[in-house]
Amino acid sequence: MEQIIVNGLYLGAQYALIALGLTLIFALMNVLNFAHGQMYVLGGYMTYLVYGLLGLPFALGIVASAVTLLAVGAVVEKFLFRPVLKKSAREESSMLLAAGLAFLFDSIILLLFGQKQRGVPKIMDGVQNWGDFTVVLPNDKIVVGVCTALMIGAFIVFMQYTRPGRAMRAMAQDRTAAQLMGVSVDRYGMLGFALGAMLAGIAGGLLVAITGVSSGIGGPVSIKAFLMVMIGGAGVVPGAIAGGFILGMMESFGLSYLRAYGDITYLVIFASLMVFLSIRPHGLMGKPWG
Amino acid sequence: MGVTVDKRANKRIAAIAGAGVFLLTVLVVVPWLLLASGRGDLMSVLTSVALLSVISSGVWLTFFIGRINIGQGAYALMGGYVSAILVVKYGMLFWWTLPLAGLFCAAASVLIGLPILRLRGVYFAMVTLTLTEVARLLAQALPITNGPRGITNIPPPGALEVFGVTLIPDFAQLANLRLGFYYLAVVLMLLCFAGMWRLVNSRLGFLCRSLQQNEELASSIGVNITYLRVLAYAISSFLGGVGGAIFAAIVQSIYPATFQIQESVNYMLYCFLGGLGYVFGPMLGTLVLYVGWDLLFKTGAYQLLIFSSVLIALILFLPNGLLSLRLPGRKQPH
Repeated sequence: MEQIIVNGLYLGAQYALIALGLTLIFALMNVLNFAHGQMYVLGGYMTYLVYGLLGLPFALGIVASAVTLLAVGAVVEKFLFRPVLKKSAREESSMLLAAGLAFLFDSIILLLFGQKQRGVPKIMDGVQNWGDFTVVLPNDKIVVGVCTALMIGAFIVFMQYTRPGRAMRAMAQDRTAAQLMGVSVDRYGMLGFALGAMLAGIAGGLLVAITGVSSGIGGPVSIKAFLMVMIGGAGVVPGAIAGGFILGMMESFGLSYLRAYGDITYLVIFASLMVFLSIRPHGLMGKPWG
Repeated sequence: MGVTVDKRANKRIAAIAGAGVFLLTVLVVVPWLLLASGRGDLMSVLTSVALLSVISSGVWLTFFIGRINIGQGAYALMGGYVSAILVVKYGMLFWWTLPLAGLFCAAASVLIGLPILRLRGVYFAMVTLTLTEVARLLAQALPITNGPRGITNIPPPGALEVFGVTLIPDFAQLANLRLGFYYLAVVLMLLCFAGMWRLVNSRLGFLCRSLQQNEELASSIGVNITYLRVLAYAISSFLGGVGGAIFAAIVQSIYPATFQIQESVNYMLYCFLGGLGYVFGPMLGTLVLYVGWDLLFKTGAYQLLIFSSVLIALILFLPNGLLSLRLPGRKQPH
């Protein structure tokens, strides 16, 4: 039982980090980033490249992932999303673009890194246990979990107490009003998109140390991220964190209690999500009709 | 006065002539050309295009009422399974299972649609996306669908006889099975798009357009929005179910993985690419994307790279779809 909760917390922290980026992009641009999972995979491969292949320190790998995705996010926003959103008659066109980007990233990742599952050497050996082996956690998982929690904390502080963070929150609330108050929506939209992509990249980089990375997981990761954002409410930072932890817990509990009935954990999660959303259409704390 | 009547008559003649040329092309010229040149394989490609465009036109209809539908794969899968189970386990004639599959999906979509159609924007999109996944996982878990192994060896459609008159011959005895399926798919496509054209230009179509623009306003002037959106969603799912059922009959098998999220997203892409403002958008979008993907097969590892780059370039320069491309001097219809 305790082990299940700890697993759920660890999983939830990682999910929350992925969901945060997605929800940030959605809040600022009203774009549903289909390529989010692929950005996560790209981040994973950058860390693999720097830490696994070149043998540089793991922290440097994470920084490389962050910087790469920051650049990718900024470029994608400036040269693709912004012109399309300006020209298109219906806002949904950005979804087509996002799906196209997901394909593009998928193909680039496949061409550069191949189909094989890639792992890196363990960042730390050893296992911690509490209460006479009721809770067991490997050291590397603890390090990654703490890093993730720190990242989430830093992000919240950034959004709450800095000037760009305040500007982005204003934009998320009301784009036009923010613009009228002198917020440069173009610049902060780009920054927000880049930050969202960076969070996905960091999450990917951190996770590569535990599970490794393979080119096909982008799509499923995107879908999980969508789920979390839906649970918490699209475009709301605390919602994304709550959604991440809820999904992590559900998965952890489902995998240990529902295993007896076959492979139905995800069926149960998806079905209950649909019921939940039809009762509460904008998630736990989302604004109506995001 | 006389000038406008003339113009209208001219337009009408042009439309009828265009439709006639199109009918002649898809029903006579294309099959004849393919048979004469011995490219029977291309016929299967075109069959798939016709079927996929039927399924996508359902997605288009939900776009028409202002909803992003990424759940069409769920109904295609459902329709495929309903038809396959009825044919294989109950020995029913394929031609009867076809409308049954469609109606089953429509009924299911009414039940599912009543709660979820209250959602809008990305929320609806996401719920429908999960719906695709739920359908796949259900097909894996239920006993009647035979789990991940799916249903295989579905016999080809049998003969349809009414009062001793053979309306449709037994597909198993056809000299050219591909041609049979080609005609089946193309006729279905023609019926579907003719119906869709009629629907969009009817009173119902204008009411749907009002939903797309502003549901509250439409509701305040007396439009029954709940009824309308459920109706549109049911029609959409009907088309998905029928398309899925024929698909299962063509490949003679169906698995939980036959229609996945990837397929649902593709249907949406077909609609986008053709243009959301045009009834025939899904048809063109499907043709371009599906055939384009096939043509790129020779490029091997670079297939996806080229395909997605072209897709991104298209959306960048024609964000309102291929059909928004107009010859200079002709005005936009909307």
